[in-house]
Amino acid sequence: MAALESGKNNTESGGRTAGFGRVMVPGEVDVSHGRILYLEDVSVSFDGFKAINKLSLDIAPGELRCIIGPNGAGKTTMMDIITGKTRPDEGKVFFGSTIDLLRYREAEIAQLGIGRKFQKPTVFEHLTVFENLELALKTHKGVRASMFFKLDSAQKDRLAEVLHTIHLADAVSRLSGNLSHGQKQWLEIGMLLMQDPKLLLLDEPVAGMTDEETARTAELFLTLKGKHSLMVVEHDMSFIRTISDIVTVLCDGSVLAQGTLDQVQADERVIEVYLGR
Amino acid sequence: MTMIMTNSSRTSSSFTLPPPAPLLSGAGWGAFLLALIVVCAVAPALNLLVPVDSVLHLSDYAVALIGKIMCYAIVALAMDLIWGYTGILSLGHGLFFALGGYVMGMYLMRQIGRDGNYKSDLPDFMVFLDWKALPWHWALSDSFVATLLLIVLVPGLVALVFGFFAFRSRIKGVYFSIITQAMTFAAMLLFFRNETGFGGNNGFTDFKRILGLPIATPSMRMTLFVLTGLTLLGFFLMARWLIRSKFGRVLQAIRDAESRVMFSGYNPLPYKLTIWTLSAVMCGVAGALYVPQVGIINPSEMSTAASIEMAVWAAVGGRATLIGPVIGAFIVNGAKSWLTVTAPEFWLYFLGALFIAVTLYLPHGVVGLVKKIREGGAK
Repeated sequence: MAALESGKNNTESGGRTAGFGRVMVPGEVDVSHGRILYLEDVSVSFDGFKAINKLSLDIAPGELRCIIGPNGAGKTTMMDIITGKTRPDEGKVFFGSTIDLLRYREAEIAQLGIGRKFQKPTVFEHLTVFENLELALKTHKGVRASMFFKLDSAQKDRLAEVLHTIHLADAVSRLSGNLSHGQKQWLEIGMLLMQDPKLLLLDEPVAGMTDEETARTAELFLTLKGKHSLMVVEHDMSFIRTISDIVTVLCDGSVLAQGTLDQVQADERVIEVYLGR
Repeated sequence: MTMIMTNSSRTSSSFTLPPPAPLLSGAGWGAFLLALIVVCAVAPALNLLVPVDSVLHLSDYAVALIGKIMCYAIVALAMDLIWGYTGILSLGHGLFFALGGYVMGMYLMRQIGRDGNYKSDLPDFMVFLDWKALPWHWALSDSFVATLLLIVLVPGLVALVFGFFAFRSRIKGVYFSIITQAMTFAAMLLFFRNETGFGGNNGFTDFKRILGLPIATPSMRMTLFVLTGLTLLGFFLMARWLIRSKFGRVLQAIRDAESRVMFSGYNPLPYKLTIWTLSAVMCGVAGALYVPQVGIINPSEMSTAASIEMAVWAAVGGRATLIGPVIGAFIVNGAKSWLTVTAPEFWLYFLGALFIAVTLYLPHGVVGLVKKIREGGAK
């Protein structure tokens, strides 16, 4: 790490004021090492099958990283591990350079600032669009806080803003169970935005969307890039071409190749796993 | 970034979000006030003031029956909070009902004093068992204040401890239902035993007094009736308030997509535990109101069928509607009291058929049916 930063600055401490160490601010993710997410040698197996095998991967703050790979490559399992749903057998998973994600449960990880969209759009079908977004809003999430919760005007503005961003302003009072598949995808993305996460994990966000919806989603993700870090798993190559800087190819639970889309598509090993021998 | 965001901030000012739902609608408040008047004024007047031979007279039998059904309606309401709204089917609410009932029963047994068959300070069944002193868990039973506290605390604590371990282990669905059923059955076996000091299979009965006043008078019966009605109406308002708060929406979210709730930053455990414990306490209160009106509590309240019936009330009326389960409790128990007199052998078949019919043809219960008819009529 020091070597990485020494290009910019030649002090021993990598450009920071020497000698005092760094103050850890609770609730702040320490990205001074240039990494918001860091996985090292992570492995997990289910009934002897190695779903993730010595996986190492890191993501920079503000980066939009695309993940591709054949079925069973471990993409969803990797997201399960990052969000606390699955415990890895070994390896390290850090959020920033100070938060060890393996020590937290799902809800705590969400509160730390990692949002997740599922492969199958998952919204609260018996609640309205408005209520779905209100639930996701970043606020105190304890029992008593929820009983006496009232939206303040800043939160109302935020809600209205997200409603417009996801093009559901006209559907605000509709039950989310009655939305189209693409609209549900958008609503779920909207719920992520309400959480205001630092890192968004998006599992096949444009599956089932029309071309127009897909184009809008690409536009949205590009606006989020920089402010948030994104990890997008997709199979839609034209969508990836629109949004990607760096693409990581997963296969058999570890990284097979990494680079721009053109680079990985030209990679012999990638062609092999996608087309078979 | 700029395009979408500026676009939205321009329109957001002219945009209005839906206002929060009122506690009750106008018609809802009307119905609520009507129920309040019927419980507190009309029923007492028709029972106590109107002469017995008048057509308008409300018989003592009807007062006792409706009072009993209102206790069941509280249970159905409690069932709706945990099952209808949170999606957790409890087949153990008979236990919480019985716990509240037994706490009240112990107090009523002590109130008998020396008027029992054996003229002893101890309850009759203890004399019969040749016991010389009260067991430890009867220590507070002579105090009415302690009894009121224990009616809330005993079911509440049992639910809290059981719920904590069950929900922490993420036991869900049918497994949770089976465990609650097993717990209730185990408790029934425990209460059946003479040496546990709960009166064995006879339970507690032959009550004479409550707060020193005779229990079998028309005015005491009416007092208990009004108290039960007020409790039901109070719990109903509380449940409405809870359900229309964000807390209530989180419960429904847990029911519909629990993993999404967790990844939205909520820990479901305290939510489930709160509503589960509250639901159990409501059952305990219902049981405590039930015992002095019915005059007996025994372990059959903890039988498998009793807890399943509670789920049937909620299903028949319509889950996740609050008013539905209350209506369901009245329909099913009204039918029960009529059928068990005219054709007692058919009651269980009727109950089974009712449950199947509701599941197949009325998934949203009676309330759902009424809604459907209304919407059909509106078109």
